[in-house]
Amino acid sequence: MNILVCICHVPDTTTKIKFTGTELDKNGVQFIIGPYDDYALARAVELKEASKGKLTVLNVGEADTEPTIRKALAIGADNAVRINAHPKDAYFVAEQIAAYAKDKNFDMILMGREASDYNGGQVHGMVAEMLDMPCIVPCMTLEVEGNTAKMGREIEGGKEYVECEMPFVAGCQEPIAEWKIPNMRGIMMARKKPLEVIEPTSQSAPTEVMAYQLPAERGNVKMIDADNMDELVRLLKEEAKVL
Amino acid sequence: MSVLVYIEADNNAVKKSSLEALTYAAKMNAGDVTALVTDKAENLEELGKYGVKTVLQVNDEKLSTRPVSAIASAIAGAAQKVGANAVVMSRSSTVDAAAPRVGVKMKATVASNVVALPQNENGFVVRRGVFTGKAFADTKLEGENKILTIAKNALAVDDSLSGSATVEAFVPEFGAKDFAIKVTDVKKQEGDILLPEADLVVSAGRGMKGPENWEMIENLANKLGAATACSKPVSDMDWRPHHEHVGQTGIKVAPSLYIAIGISGAIQHLAGVNSSKTIVVINKDSEAPFFKSADYGIVGDAFDVVPKLTEALEKAGI
Ligand SMILES: Cc1cc2nc3c(=O)[nH]c(=O)nc-3n(C[C@H](O)[C@H](O)[C@H](O)COP(=O)(O)OP(=O)(O)OC[C@H]3O[C@@H](n4cnc5c(N)ncnc54)[C@H](O)[C@@H]3O)c2cc1C
Ligand SMILES: Cc1cc2nc3c(=O)[nH]c(=O)nc-3n(C[C@H](O)[C@H](O)[C@H](O)COP(=O)(O)OP(=O)(O)OC[C@H]3O[C@@H](n4cnc5c(N)ncnc54)[C@H](O)[C@@H]3O)c2cc1C
Repeated sequence: MNILVCICHVPDTTTKIKFTGTELDKNGVQFIIGPYDDYALARAVELKEASKGKLTVLNVGEADTEPTIRKALAIGADNAVRINAHPKDAYFVAEQIAAYAKDKNFDMILMGREASDYNGGQVHGMVAEMLDMPCIVPCMTLEVEGNTAKMGREIEGGKEYVECEMPFVAGCQEPIAEWKIPNMRGIMMARKKPLEVIEPTSQSAPTEVMAYQLPAERGNVKMIDADNMDELVRLLKEEAKVL
Repeated sequence: MSVLVYIEADNNAVKKSSLEALTYAAKMNAGDVTALVTDKAENLEELGKYGVKTVLQVNDEKLSTRPVSAIASAIAGAAQKVGANAVVMSRSSTVDAAAPRVGVKMKATVASNVVALPQNENGFVVRRGVFTGKAFADTKLEGENKILTIAKNALAVDDSLSGSATVEAFVPEFGAKDFAIKVTDVKKQEGDILLPEADLVVSAGRGMKGPENWEMIENLANKLGAATACSKPVSDMDWRPHHEHVGQTGIKVAPSLYIAIGISGAIQHLAGVNSSKTIVVINKDSEAPFFKSADYGIVGDAFDVVPKLTEALEKAGI
């Protein structure tokens, strides 16, 4: 099986998000593989090992994303590609991925359900439409039998089980697999695995962030005595007006 | 200029979130509003009171499972038919998956998770929720055509307009691969209130010690008519099903009331719940970080406090 996993490079989930003007304040921010992409990668490693296939990871990003890419290699990808550009928006990223993947005969292109920074949830659907492939999001289980992929996804009020022929695109989420933590051997090997850098093929980015806002802080918490639940019920009814 | 709104219906009734999208479209003041419906639905003329002029109704059994690619073709086809240069839809599992496909088909710029009406002073600018609830980005969209997916509860439904909508049948053209994904089974969750749509949520974490202690959580939820939710470790340990996991890597909820019991309030948990209107935290540790993000806090043992709360609700006639 020939698998492509697309990973974004995002602030660690514990980051306190701050901005300087229209830029994310990167001071002290740790960057990680997108948490959803990490699930996609974990499942891809399992499928690749079971099928003795090949696993490529791809990131659209500038040179500072290379430690994140190396981590994916340490987790089990065989080779990596970095498309050397600032990922301006979802459309820009999707065009690069589609241009790269179109003649590589991937059986599947796995991504995360969404990037945990810009929360677009668009790149997978756009790439699938550009390459005329089916796309499943959020993909929560994935098994392959012959040329058929069997997947489960969450829909309103339950789960839907689907199948389609390969190739396809999926935006993954737990419990598709458990995150894999790289071991020492993986980290050593990752240093020697190929990381190809290629230039972007197009420049169009139809969106631009003009300003960021932080959400309003909650007021002070009102503490209520554990023996006075009547008071809590009264406040929820009369003050918060939610009952 | 005109706006197309793709709406969904359950049990023949248009979903509340779709009514929010109609209100959004009407308030954009960008010309006539056309609604597209591919689900079975009744009384569609009444959508006039949300500002809809025409309803395009697709009657095709093949669309009953909302196959994403085919829905995307129907949306793009309808937009072309009515000359719409904006498509507005409320987020759902179908819309989230279809929007990027429609964007590519229509050569339109897509903005997802939009939380407010557009500003038009300096181009077309919409506010989107980003960084999992930690920030908003005012995003300028270039190009003729726009696709907006609207976050739940972004604005209140307005049914004060008058007039009745004209309902027309619409037969979309599908692409060769639009039905490439076959649905083999659907398992509907039974009885319970569905978490993503719930207005009240009772959520519990590792402080509950084990799955056998969830009865009091369920009793409280039943009393309130609330959905149940949990923190990530709880679903990781299989104490509760995965579809109850809320947070950065789970479901994001924005109910009127979120009650967190025995949950510490890790930043990844808060990311999925901090858009809730009112948050109540019950924790035995007065230093638990969740209290800083709560409206009401109770320091106490859940095993003691939760039954008392259920009792107090009972007494208050809820
Ligand atoms: C410092 C910095 C600033 C950024 N500023 C912006 C900005 O202002 N606006 C903006 O839209 N984006 C910005 N990005 C890029 C952002 O991280 C995403 O790469 C991209 O924009 C798509 O965002 P999305 O939320 O629509 O992705 P989604 O559609 O939610 O992503 C879905 C999946 O696509 C894949 N994917 C997403 N991005 C990439 C990528 N770059 N390379 C490989 N696979 C990917 C992942 O598997 C991801 O899970 C910035 C990135 C960095 C590092
Ligand atoms: C990349 C990443 C993504 C993540 N995504 C998510 C996510 O989406 N959702 C999520 O929830 N977590 C997520 N996490 C995990 C998160 O960091 C926390 O570990 C998790 O939320 C803790 O769950 P908890 O509050 O149930 O457990 P704990 O942190 O163990 O807290 C238990 C709480 O219960 C209290 N308690 C104990 N006994 C009682 C009692 N008898 N009565 C009352 N209170 C009691 C304790 O004081 C404590 O505050 C993520 C982590 C990472 C690294």
